[in-house]
Amino acid sequence: MDLALTTYVVVGLTFALYLGIAVWARAGSTKEFYVAGGGVHPVANGMATAADWMSAASFIGMAGLIAFMGYGGSVFLMGWTGGYVILAMLLAPYLRKYGKFTVPEFIGDRFYSDTARIVAVICLIICSVTYVIGQMKGIGVAFSRFLETDYETGLYTGMVIVFFYAVLGGMKGITYTQIAQYCVLILAYTIPAIFISLQLTGNPIPQLGLGSTLSGSDTFLLDKLDETVQLLGFAEYTTHARLSTLNMVAFTASLMIGTAGLPHVIIRFFTVPKVKDARSSAGWALVFIAILYTTAPAVAGMARLNIMQTLEPAPGEYLRIDERPAWFRNWEATGLLAIEDKNSDGLIQYSADPATNELVKLDRDILVLANPEIAQLPNWVIALVAAGGLAAALSTAAGLLLAISSAISHDLLKSTLLPNISEKTELNASRGAMALAILGAGYLGLHPPGFAAGTVALAFGLAASSIFPALMMGIFSQRVTREGAITGMLVGIGLTLFYVFQHKGIMFVADWRYLDHLPENWFFGIEPNAFGVVGALLNFIVAWLVSHLSAPPPQRVQELVENIRVPLGSGVAHVHH
Amino acid sequence: MSQLSERNAHAYWRKNKALIVKLGVIWAAVSYGCGILFVEQLNQVQIGGYKLGFWFAQQGSIYTFIALVFYYARAMAKLDKLFGVEEQE
Repeated sequence: MDLALTTYVVVGLTFALYLGIAVWARAGSTKEFYVAGGGVHPVANGMATAADWMSAASFIGMAGLIAFMGYGGSVFLMGWTGGYVILAMLLAPYLRKYGKFTVPEFIGDRFYSDTARIVAVICLIICSVTYVIGQMKGIGVAFSRFLETDYETGLYTGMVIVFFYAVLGGMKGITYTQIAQYCVLILAYTIPAIFISLQLTGNPIPQLGLGSTLSGSDTFLLDKLDETVQLLGFAEYTTHARLSTLNMVAFTASLMIGTAGLPHVIIRFFTVPKVKDARSSAGWALVFIAILYTTAPAVAGMARLNIMQTLEPAPGEYLRIDERPAWFRNWEATGLLAIEDKNSDGLIQYSADPATNELVKLDRDILVLANPEIAQLPNWVIALVAAGGLAAALSTAAGLLLAISSAISHDLLKSTLLPNISEKTELNASRGAMALAILGAGYLGLHPPGFAAGTVALAFGLAASSIFPALMMGIFSQRVTREGAITGMLVGIGLTLFYVFQHKGIMFVADWRYLDHLPENWFFGIEPNAFGVVGALLNFIVAWLVSHLSAPPPQRVQELVENIRVPLGSGVAHVHH
Repeated sequence: MSQLSERNAHAYWRKNKALIVKLGVIWAAVSYGCGILFVEQLNQVQIGGYKLGFWFAQQGSIYTFIALVFYYARAMAKLDKLFGVEEQE
């Protein structure tokens, strides 16, 4: 069977599986739509959380970024896993005890203010939409390759499928579908990694393969990689930091705090039966995530080495343009890979010097998808990777859209603006909100502010600077007041948005930026993607100061805080009428 | 089911916070410490093909995070029982 047909079959089968589960578990009541009735086992919930969490950024984008950033790419690995430690200790158990099902609802009650709730809804929508843009980039890349079209057509196709998919089921459909998606995506990620690790090092475990010697020699793979990249003028793979140590720390911290502040991840912990389960569920989620996250550095390093060796099999011996492999031509068709024979010698010279480099475009987001083709693995493996990438992007997009739609229909319409609407209208409003979010994110995905993982990193910065501090202070302090929380959130997200837009353009439209995207313009050399932690610190400081200038929270709120701190007496997540 | 006395609730919360601080120190040490701030020093040590600092940044910190979350869940389950605040079946 040829590759295109195999891909259609494998992707088609996995889609039939997800849709089958979504229809089978189709949500009836609003409560089921949002939180699956509160009865999901911690291991199952951990697996679904992992699928929800690992998006196009993790699956498609991250290894590609690490492959070209080397050690500097570690910020993504540590940032996107370390956040679960914060989540498990500082937020999940208490929010589960509180027992509602949206994040703005907690903020509204804890800070005894509808204004706080609406501000939280706005912050949530800003972070989630930014996040969906990153997904759209990934979906667009995957579909463009899979359908053999350009990136735009791939993106439009992806939008239609995400819409159909997310609107059909609610949380319950999503929880069970996401377990299926986790299985597909983790197989799709690890199988090629195992093959490639075997090919290069003879060790089937990629995590060990990366630290092994190359087959038939006693040179370590990483030493060979360091040597190869340096020969072409690139920085040493295993030691080259991302900009500066301060920037590495800020970037890692923004991703960690943002992980704990992203509403679509937090609401997953409302679906476990007990507070105890919320703690262990975070651990299980991290185990399932770590399988991919510890494999990613191996995929990155090995793919980089494979690409280098394809382009330049021996020093000074270059790949002939008319002999370039099929994967090269396939990706050129999507517009995401391009070569230009600058010195017209019919060879591809790849180098760190932009003046002589002839591999003029290599979109980082194609690396994971192209990886099995580069390593000449069988067609079914390549098809499986396409299915896995789509599973990752779809599951996260669906989870995010659910968070957006529940914030709009439940927190904005039902509870503040139109309290008398029926459950059915509420469900329909939430579906409408999903459709709008997809259109908006799809439009912005035509000109994404960066590679999938970079765009998603911006969403984390926004969540870190707004939602996380409000939640943490709401639990750990009885003194933080409504005035403090509202000004804190507004200042945090406002400053972060100001900084990001300044360099990336308003709503990420590059023409609308007011300062060039140049390191000289950066505050202490901190890049926009890493700025969330500064916004978060400011949020904490402002909230604390304003709280001490305003009247303390009422007695019932102080009692609420006392109450959520102990597990005793929790019920299942429930709806307020 | 007796109501949890206020003194007990405060003691429980203090113990929880102390545990969070303890685990938080380890969390920061493996990621920001071994993975970023002291990476150059640790890179002098080599384990197989991995430079140790690089290994912490791309592998070791993640394994430690998993251990921390499960340790916290177990320690808190014990603490819940000790203070009689665990959930009823």
